[in-house]
Amino acid sequence: MSTVQGYNFAYLDEQTKRMIRRAILKAVAIPGYQVPFGSREMPLPYGWGTGGIQVTAAVLGPSDTLKVIDQGADDTTNAVSIRRFFARTAGVATTERTVEATLIQTRHRIPETPLREGQILIYQVPIPEPLRWLEPRETETRKMHALADYGAMHVKLYEDVARFGRIATTYDYPVLVQGRYLMRPSPIPKFDNPKMHMNPALQLFGAGREKRIYAVPPYTEVKSLDFEDHPFAVQRWDQACALCGGADSFLDEVVTDDRGGRMYVCSDTDHCAARQEIREAAE
Amino acid sequence: MTPLLRVSGLTRMYGGRVGCKDVSFELWPGEVMGIVGESGSGKTTLLGCLSARLDPSSGTVEYDTREDGLTDIHALSEPRRRMLMRTDWGIVHQNPRDGLRMGVSAGANVGERLMAVGARHYGAIRAQAGEWLRKVEIDAERIDDLPLTFSGGMLQRLQIARNLVTHPRLIFMDEPTGGLDVSVQARLLDLLRRLVTDLGLAAVVVTHDLAVARLLAHRLMVMRRGEVVETGLTDQVLDDPHHPYTQLLVSSVLQP
Repeated sequence: MSTVQGYNFAYLDEQTKRMIRRAILKAVAIPGYQVPFGSREMPLPYGWGTGGIQVTAAVLGPSDTLKVIDQGADDTTNAVSIRRFFARTAGVATTERTVEATLIQTRHRIPETPLREGQILIYQVPIPEPLRWLEPRETETRKMHALADYGAMHVKLYEDVARFGRIATTYDYPVLVQGRYLMRPSPIPKFDNPKMHMNPALQLFGAGREKRIYAVPPYTEVKSLDFEDHPFAVQRWDQACALCGGADSFLDEVVTDDRGGRMYVCSDTDHCAARQEIREAAE
Repeated sequence: MTPLLRVSGLTRMYGGRVGCKDVSFELWPGEVMGIVGESGSGKTTLLGCLSARLDPSSGTVEYDTREDGLTDIHALSEPRRRMLMRTDWGIVHQNPRDGLRMGVSAGANVGERLMAVGARHYGAIRAQAGEWLRKVEIDAERIDDLPLTFSGGMLQRLQIARNLVTHPRLIFMDEPTGGLDVSVQARLLDLLRRLVTDLGLAAVVVTHDLAVARLLAHRLMVMRRGEVVETGLTDQVLDDPHHPYTQLLVSSVLQP
């Protein structure tokens, strides 16, 4: 794809990128801590990934290979447009293969293929504050973070168990990073929470509207909150993916007709395609 | 023996106006102190300063902490003060909606303090919450109901349970019976009196209702325009008031 003229490399100007990189450095130094930054207007609406796109622009280099996923898929509108945006403004190589990518911007999923050292995973975050629905005052939530005063978060989990008999929070499941900061992992399914723990890749989180950046450095402890008698557990399905036959990935339910027909398929399209290839090669 | 709370020269100004002025007293373990006076006499301001929610303009409030003995609570670090507030103290607000989380169930409201001090066993938290609901005479079946569905008297009792679950030594009550009808008031007072005796609690009760003060308090402090005009044993103050303002206050009570 041809690069458009008249823009700085990766759209943002160098001063802005330096400002964002400083915020990222601070975030990496204090795992899970939300660092405020001067979020810019981006050529897409808030809620479509303005935070993630700014972080990507700030850390992207000419030799990087970019992958963008939206709900695990490489071929949805948001993923396609953000990937094309960087292909045109930065001229970087893009890929749909997790193993080939050095930079992965994601919305709502962590790839099924285990990440390796040197890769960077960038999350788009709508609401960074885990205590927001419990405490509306920003001054108070900051104080709660400063004092590690996180008892209130368990009130929400208690409510879940009292109402549904189990912890019914299935996405954006609160985690404690390195035993210190409470963090919202962006709306990823709790299925992906264990992947954040001791991950060899660098994980960066950008919230554009709320103007916050936070990070989980490689090999950092990430613990999902739970009760002793209601331990954290991920979702399970009683079927395998209808396309690749895998039974260990996160499945989407797809309605196929108006007579109750439905199928379960992997949400990670790259992972699913790779497994289908292996199966076809074997046959 | 040391007092639980020692207040000396406590003054709180709102700009040029007086909130409360030069208040000094000592509160002993297991003692209930009543603060009476008309609206605007500085009762709630005084209670706010005592419970570290308001900063005094001058004077000190010392509390007998478990670790260091008598310590000025306004000089404590924020984390220690918060810890004190949710373990050793309880604060019962005049309006139960200020002291409760209206959006979560009764059980979670009672369990919140336990979770805040580190309880992480759901079954144990729930059992304790149920136990406390029983103690304040709320039907155990309502443990999962939202406080929004509770009556005024039940809300006030729920608030009391939420405060007592960590076994505090001192509770601050601001008009605990405000806005309740008389029969509910009587039951609540009965309950409070029983809890205070059973648990050996010390309490500071702010009220404008002399009947409440007579039932609950051992000692009374009468306030007027931010100043304490008379102190003494409850019976003594109410049956033989010396200060003209106290005499007026006592004689203003309607006799049915």
